This record gives sequence, structure tokens and C-alpha cells, in this order.
Amino acid sequence: MKKNSKGRGGMVVVTICGLFLIALTVTIGVFLFIKGNVTFTTFHHSIGEFLFSSDWNPTDMAGQGGGTVGAAVYIFGSLVTCGLALLIAVPFSLAAAIFITEIAPDAGTRIFQPAIEIFVGIPSVVYGWLGLTILVPFIRDVFHAPMGGYSVLAAGIVLAIMIFPTITTVSADAIRGVPDSYRKASFGLGSTRWQVIWHIVLPAAFPGIMTGVILGLTRAFGEALAVAMVIGKTRAFPANILSPTNNLTAAIAADMGNTANGGEHNAALWTMGLLLFIISIVCIIIIHLISAHNKKKTGMA
Amino acid sequence: MKNKTFSKIVSLMLAGVLAVGVSACGSTASTDSSADASADSTTTTDASATDSTDASASSDSASTDAGADLSGNLTAAGSSALLPLVKDASEEFMKKYPNLAITVNGGGSGEGLKQVAAGSVDIGNSDVFAEEKLDADAAKTLVDHEVCTITMAPVVNKDLGVTNLTTDQLVSIFTGKTTNWKDVGGPDEQIMLVTRPSSSGTRALFKQWALNGEEEASNQALETDDSGTLLQNVEQNKGAIGYVALSYLVNNDAVAAVSIDGVEPTLENTYNGTYKVWGYEHMYTNGEGSDNAKAFIDYMMGDEYSAKLEGMGYGVSSKMSQEAVDAHKQ
Repeated sequence: MKKNSKGRGGMVVVTICGLFLIALTVTIGVFLFIKGNVTFTTFHHSIGEFLFSSDWNPTDMAGQGGGTVGAAVYIFGSLVTCGLALLIAVPFSLAAAIFITEIAPDAGTRIFQPAIEIFVGIPSVVYGWLGLTILVPFIRDVFHAPMGGYSVLAAGIVLAIMIFPTITTVSADAIRGVPDSYRKASFGLGSTRWQVIWHIVLPAAFPGIMTGVILGLTRAFGEALAVAMVIGKTRAFPANILSPTNNLTAAIAADMGNTANGGEHNAALWTMGLLLFIISIVCIIIIHLISAHNKKKTGMA
Repeated sequence: MKNKTFSKIVSLMLAGVLAVGVSACGSTASTDSSADASADSTTTTDASATDSTDASASSDSASTDAGADLSGNLTAAGSSALLPLVKDASEEFMKKYPNLAITVNGGGSGEGLKQVAAGSVDIGNSDVFAEEKLDADAAKTLVDHEVCTITMAPVVNKDLGVTNLTTDQLVSIFTGKTTNWKDVGGPDEQIMLVTRPSSSGTRALFKQWALNGEEEASNQALETDDSGTLLQNVEQNKGAIGYVALSYLVNNDAVAAVSIDGVEPTLENTYNGTYKVWGYEHMYTNGEGSDNAKAFIDYMMGDEYSAKLEGMGYGVSSKMSQEAVDAHKQ
């Protein structure tokens, strides 16, 4: 292709923007890494204490250490609420995806899929508000939850509603990507429609569905405001699914502004932020590995 | 649709948006750069100067205008206990000086102190002394104005039926040792603790004077970001107990206040020293503060406004009896 001077300008702008974005991402990562390491370098805590100890009592004066930074309660809260959200959302999402693509493809692509995609545009604070005003009193009244209905269950349901459209749309695309020849071959051998879906289409679409699930998990892990409004922010392990607890994002959102700069509490919150960043990167790497494995196995892009 | 003029117009628009965005972000050299301050100020003429007032305006504020005019921006943030008062005073003050735009936010005493020390707001409201929340160097730069006193009261749900608690009972409830209301003379209902974050001035005052310095059981309490949310929680849950400033209970009987050791949490009892859970409300400025800030604080502490103070549930500092003040000196 001949590089003429007219195309040159556009190319330069595009290259600069692209490099800038990459540099920005790397800078954010490096910044988080530096800030997150202060807990371990300046205040001399161990990584094991941060990850596995539940004794959370950091000092909040600038420059002073001496407290404890066991974040196990928050990590456990994040894991439990996201796990519960996946448990609730995945069956519904898969069912919706199958419905859109196999059972009612015309109405699916024209009506249902755009309707589901609207969910993605709703701000998370609205989900939090709905959870606070409708879901929490509901749980309190129907399940007689002890602490006013703020619970792991409420957070799990809110997160499930938030990640449901992500998982559905990605799974629907994955199912559509299964070659029609598979289905025709299976019908030709005498399978019913459900057998085709369950035994042929879903396993073939499995990598794409896993991608959708992990994307949803990443979003659930990083959700701060909606979870903070319904989880109760109690610094203890939840006794059961109806008890309040706290998680990484709600702790950062609630406490970051209140802590003294340069203090131990502040440093520990930065470490939590670093942990969330690392988890997101790990999830995305897993997605890439799955799709690379998929490409090798089936030869389809 | 794919002609060059269309894409040229779009790229010009995008470049224009970028340019406006960059220039807007670039003009934040002055102190009033925090997003919440300048977002809704209507006086954009002097937006970048907080003390663009006439020199004569700052000295007298209690008297009528007499030609002096204040203009520009004034931002205050911090204690949620002081928030109703500052909001009301700011509205009255803005009526006197229509060219002045005052923005008041909550966020808690710790937040207010941090922001005024960093210079992002003009006035930091706090229920506690700056030395308790900031380090010594930052606290030294702030000037304290004790505008009024505030009383904190424990509150319970209206349907609970508990009207009095001894100090020991209060301590054991908030430290998590008592978990059911029937152990303190109430119905058989599980106690639900609703509390504030550790940076809250309301919480600090309550801990110091009602709980005798005992630390609350954070692992058994729901944490709410401000007093308004705390009140809502107590209102909606039968077994809930929390604590708020009197200013939130003045025209509000959605929750019931609890007496401590038989003493009701009222202004009279605070003045005569029988009710001990109170503190001074501080409005801190960074150094002497801008002229607008000085004028506003003088107005709040002046005679014209102090008549309204009590009506809103705050105490006038000069009415505190000697017994009350002595009880707080330790």
C-alpha cells in the first residue's frame, strides 16, 4: 500500500492515541503497585497477614503504623457475594441465551436481546437504590433477617441482576457462533431439539459461555456502590446468608475519603485496590487463554 | 453517507469537545477546584476568586447591608451533625448577599477537616477538635471557631418502648455484650446496632461522653455513612438503636430519643450540665480564611442568627453553665 502524505496525518494521530491508552493502563497498574506496596514495605506487614488474617485494626494517623491489616473479612465477603451472584445469574442467563438463539430466534434478536442490553445502560447506583428500597425490606420481612435485611443475599441478588445481561449477550453470541452443520448433522441422526441444544450446541459454545461468565464475574468483583448500599458494611464474617458483611469495594468506597493520607489505614485500602486490579487482570488472562485454546481446538476464530 | 465532509465535521466536533474539556480541567489552579463546589454556583463572573469582596464587607455582618456586598463562592463541608445548621444559615446569608454562592456538603467531621487542611473547601465543619483527627502540622494551620454546642442522643424505634437506659446498659449494648432488648427491660427483640464510620464526629463524641471511651463493636453493627441514613434505618427496624445529633430530632418524631441514667437529652439538660453527651461544633478555616468565610462565621455566631440556633436543636455556647463546662474538662 502506498503511503501518501494525506494518510500520514491520520496514522500519526491514531498511533499516538493508541500508544497513549496503552501507556495509561500501564501507568495505572504501576501506580497501584507502588501505592499498594506501602503496607508491606513501610508498615512491615506480611502478605499472609493481609490475605488470611481477619484482625482489621489499622491506625489512622499519618505516618504511624502499629495496627493490624487482616483483610480476610473483606476478601471473603467479595468472594461470597460474587459466587452467589454467579450461582443465581448463570442458570437464568444460559436459559435466556438459549431462548434467544434456539427457541425464538426472530423475536430473540429483534426484541429480547435489545431489551436485555438496556439493562447494561442502567447506572449501578440505580440498582443499589432499588436494592435498598425494595429488596432489603423484602428480605427483612419475608425471611426475618436479623439485621434489617442487609445481607449477603441482598448483595448477591443485586449483583446477579447486574451481571445477567453481560453473560446473556456473550453466551448468545457464542451459541450463534456454533456452525449450523453441527445442528443439522445431529437432527439428521434423529435427535430432538433439546438433545441438540444440551449435548451438541452448549458444549461447542462452552468456551464462549465461559468467557461471558468470567466477564460477568469481573464486573461483579469490581462493583462498589450498589453492593455498598445493601451489604450492611459490618466488619465480620457473615454467620449465614442473611447476615450483613463487608467486601473489598464497599470498604474502599466508604473509608478511602475518611482516612488520613500516609497512614496505615490508607495504605491498606490501596493494597485492597491493588488486589482488585490483580484479580481483574487474572480474569482477563483466563479469558484470553480460553479463547486461544478454543481457536486451536476447533480452528474457528 | 460516507462522504468526506461528514467525517470532517464529526472530527472537528470531537476536537472541539476535547479542547473545551482540556481547558476546563486546566483552570483549576485556584482553591475552589473541588467538583462539588463549583458545579452549581450561579455567580460565574468571579468564579476563580474566592475573596473578591470589598474590603469593607468583612468587618460587620450582623448589621444591615449598608452598601457592602459579598460575592463569589464559599464552600463548606464536614460534620453531618452541623449540616442542618450551616445549610439554614447559608440560605439566610445568601438572602442578605445575593451575589454570594455558598455550597454546603456533608461527609463527616474527618472529611471536613481533611478538606479544609488541603484547601479544597473554605470552611471545615467538625464535631471534634482538629488535633484528634489530623496530624499536628496540619492542625496547626487551622483556626478554630466554636460556633455552638451540639447534643447527641441515642435513638430507638418508636415501637420499641424503651425510654431509659443506664450508662452501663448503653455501654454493654454498644460493645455487643447485650444482644436482646429483653435483657434491658424491653421486648424480646434482637438488638440491631446502627453506627457511623470511625471518622465520624458524631461517633467520636458519643464514644467519649456516653460510652466512657469504650470502643463500639464494629463487627456487630451496620455502618451508615451519615446521620440521615442512620435515622432511616432506626425508623424502619424495630430493634434498631443508633445515635444522632439533636438537630435531627427537632421536628422529627419518627424515632424516639432515649434518656441516659434518667436524664432526657434536651437543650436545658445540656446547659445545666446534667446531660453530658455534648460537644462544641467547630468551623475551621485554613489560616484566617477568606473574607467570605469570615463574614459567614461572624454571622452565624452573631446575635441575629443565634435566636434560630436553639430552634434548630443546637446550643448557644454562652448559655452553657459552669457545671457543664467543668464536667468536660478532664
